[in-house]
Amino acid sequence: MLKGVASLVSRVRKLDPGHLRLGTQAPQSLAAQLDNQVSFESPRAISCTNENDPAKHEEKHEGLHYNLPLQDVKTVFPHGLPPRYAMQMKTFNEACLMVRKPALELLHYLKNTNFAHPAIRYVLYGEKGTGKTLSLCHIIHFCAKQDWLILHIPDAHLWVKNCRDLLQSTYNKQRFDQPLEASVWLKNFKTTNERFLSQIKIQEKYVWNKRESIEKGSSLGEVVEQGITRVRNATDAVGIVLKELKRQSSLGIFRLLVAVDGVNALWGRTTLKREDKSPIAPEELALIHNLRKMVRNDWNGGAIVLTLSQTGSLFKPRNACLPQELLGKEGFDALDPFIPIQVANYSPKEFESCIQYYMENSWLQHEKAHTEEGKKELLFLSNGNPGQLERLCAYL
Amino acid sequence: MPLNILRLKHVTVVTTKKNVKALRRETYTVDFIKKQIEEFNIGKRHLANMMGEDPETFTQEDIDRAIAYLFPSGLFEKRARPIMKHPEQIFPKQKAIQWGEDGRPFHYLFYTGKQSYYSLMHDAYGKILDIEKHKNQLQAKGLFSEKNKTIDLIGSRWLIKEELEEMLVEKLSDQDYRQFVRLMERLLQSGAAEEEFVQSFRRSVTVQSKKQPIEPVQRDAQGMAFSTSEGKRKSAKAEAVVYEHGSGRIKVNGIDYLLYFPVLQDREQLMFPFHFLDRLGKHDVTCTVSGGGRSAQAGAIRLAVARALCSFVTEEEVEWMRQAGLLTSDPRVRERKKPGQEGARRKFTWKKR
Repeated sequence: MLKGVASLVSRVRKLDPGHLRLGTQAPQSLAAQLDNQVSFESPRAISCTNENDPAKHEEKHEGLHYNLPLQDVKTVFPHGLPPRYAMQMKTFNEACLMVRKPALELLHYLKNTNFAHPAIRYVLYGEKGTGKTLSLCHIIHFCAKQDWLILHIPDAHLWVKNCRDLLQSTYNKQRFDQPLEASVWLKNFKTTNERFLSQIKIQEKYVWNKRESIEKGSSLGEVVEQGITRVRNATDAVGIVLKELKRQSSLGIFRLLVAVDGVNALWGRTTLKREDKSPIAPEELALIHNLRKMVRNDWNGGAIVLTLSQTGSLFKPRNACLPQELLGKEGFDALDPFIPIQVANYSPKEFESCIQYYMENSWLQHEKAHTEEGKKELLFLSNGNPGQLERLCAYL
Repeated sequence: MPLNILRLKHVTVVTTKKNVKALRRETYTVDFIKKQIEEFNIGKRHLANMMGEDPETFTQEDIDRAIAYLFPSGLFEKRARPIMKHPEQIFPKQKAIQWGEDGRPFHYLFYTGKQSYYSLMHDAYGKILDIEKHKNQLQAKGLFSEKNKTIDLIGSRWLIKEELEEMLVEKLSDQDYRQFVRLMERLLQSGAAEEEFVQSFRRSVTVQSKKQPIEPVQRDAQGMAFSTSEGKRKSAKAEAVVYEHGSGRIKVNGIDYLLYFPVLQDREQLMFPFHFLDRLGKHDVTCTVSGGGRSAQAGAIRLAVARALCSFVTEEEVEWMRQAGLLTSDPRVRERKKPGQEGARRKFTWKKR
């Protein structure tokens, strides 16, 4: 019976290559049943796996895509996904991430962390387009499933460039505030960590301005609300959130994951200028200052996962990809010691799996894309680089 | 049909209307040409003496070499350099005066206007008729043999119109030329009797295609077979080392080709030789490149890689590559800027006033 249904579905898919929904919904349920029984020769099995829980991802899942439920995506990644991946998600109507070695390594480390020790820093580095950001997303998903509190900064470079209004900070006269970025980030933080906001209580009294202040013992949610509504104090709200979380993660109520993408922005240069056109150093931005304190490993009860990124970086040469080059001496010293994890291009198996995935979603429409020669051509042209491959396949 | 000998001009001083036409063109008289030939020969002997060679066995090539040595010229146009050739090749062939003292033309087809052309056609047609008559006679006798000795036409071509004009010293039109070619082909079809006559109107086509410089076949080092070659494009020079057994990695100046050529177009250029020979993942390449721009460097590497691959590949495939244009270096270079113009082609903005 199942075989009959399978052949019917495959025939249907052959007839309507354009109907993505039909194609994706039906074989998934099939694969779910079939996987349990016999290793069926469905192409889905080659590139996709059923194991949707990152905690259970093993080495045997390496190279396979697993599905992220869209609901999860909305809560866990309101702002975290790279724009091209978000477009792909919208096109395919599903979010599939590939399980790769660097991510598996990190997961292994995270599973075996000792929360009594200070937080360990992991730095993902590699060439442009090899998948550092998506590996980070994989880790975040895992931590979300494990009920950690996630502090995710999608791209630190956004905070050091193209800022419209800089206010002088109310807290510290030397520093500058960035109300827009801070408020946006607070909103997303709220979406991600709803359930923790009411649980955590702040342990100090903070005064916003002459009329408003927040008492000790009130929940973090109120701080966040204040930041969102009163945009002027948003940066300070962010600072408070970070300080409290750092203080309280050592207590063991929750586990904290600090995930920063493009961490080399914290120690580079900015493109922002004061009114008298003199450049601003990153330390003078309140957000950056607080974030630096966060990334220091003087707290325990969690982990810090960082990604280097050359794409958004300022004043760095294009072929710089090593931690030393991108972080600069200052950053390297500040982050030292850390565990570097290199993210490389696709191995042949991963490449094959990626192509299979695209073919199943009918993304490759070119006749030659299905043949061996076509695959070899794609491999040559992209050299196994996931970013390049994705851009190439967009044309086909 | 032999041309009439050049006559002395002063004989035709009779100023009839027919002679005015001849006076208009500048004619080289027979005496003048003879004198030139004598001077040339004497000059040849002098030159041989100067160069210390034997005057008797001094060929035209030797003359050319001697002149190039004695008068070195930096001019780009080869035809502007000093030459010393036989007067027959220098002075254009001219038609002799075609009529006698009484004004009566010598040739019976003079009044057609193109006498040599029409006489040639007439002769050829006469030959066709002769052959057919001969065939009919043989057939009547019953001795007609079916064997058709077809003349081998491969490797030769008919004269082109310019060459025919030069041979007949007459201007022809396109229709005349086509008619001539048709007549010749008909002559060929009718029989193989007049082979010499036909072959005098054919030129051989040199098969220059097979002459590909055979690349140095693989050299061995550490047990790995590889081959090296160079390539150029615009002002970029590249040297590529292609290893026979590899996994398709390419390193340019020590950097991975994905990082060195971020543009897809350049990587496609690199892919072309391998893709053409279906050897996409089988070779490793290490190359160095300098000069030029992004596209020129890609083209230079492509040429170098194609040449290096020739040594791992059969002769037939080398021929295919040559026909695909993989082994030809691109002659296009940046055109020079001319004075009075803004660029090579762009003129200054034209203002009416």
